Amino acid sequence: MTLSTYIDYVILPILGLSLLLVFIRIYKGPSIVDRVIALDLLITIGVSVITVYSISTLRTTFIDVAMILALIAFLGTIAFSYYLEKRGRK
Amino acid sequence: MISVLIGILCTIGALAILVAAIGILRMPDFYLRLSVTVKAATLGGGLLLLAAAFYFPDEVSVTTKALAIIFFLTLTAPVAAHLIGRTAYFIGTEQWKGTVRDDLAGMYDKETHELRSEDVGEEGS
Repeated sequence: MTLSTYIDYVILPILGLSLLLVFIRIYKGPSIVDRVIALDLLITIGVSVITVYSISTLRTTFIDVAMILALIAFLGTIAFSYYLEKRGRK
Repeated sequence: MISVLIGILCTIGALAILVAAIGILRMPDFYLRLSVTVKAATLGGGLLLLAAAFYFPDEVSVTTKALAIIFFLTLTAPVAAHLIGRTAYFIGTEQWKGTVRDDLAGMYDKETHELRSEDVGEEGS
């Protein structure tokens, strides 16, 4: 069994199952901060999926996409927390 | 040999991410969800990126980028978690009924959002 088949049939299904569980939390989430951290986790898992896919398909360009996505995840969480804190204060 | 190492790294990383996803679904409280999510997801993503750094040894730029993403993740994930936890405390996210103690209760000024230290507060009042 080569590494590419192992990644395609074992690692990527595990990551897909994780994405499904996080989507259930985004759907249920009682408050908005639950949804914000679920979104943050979703983008972190997305970075992992992109990295594993670049190993599987031997395309190194995807690593750049993962880097930009990690930046956007951090900025998104910071912006959400900044404006949610200002909302109650007026 | 190197593919066995990469397979082990990928397996541990994927299982850590699965633990983070189960934790965010099953934990009873926002603060517990935050505490289980950030650490496990950072570990899992870091291990998968380390596997990518080992897998492309000929291309230095890919290894450098993967290590830069690991550095960036471990640097920014705790900062983001701290900020969103602070915001959740301000907007009054309810805690789990089994929470034993809350050290921050009454310590935050609700108007200015400043944290009061304990001894300074006693002297001032």
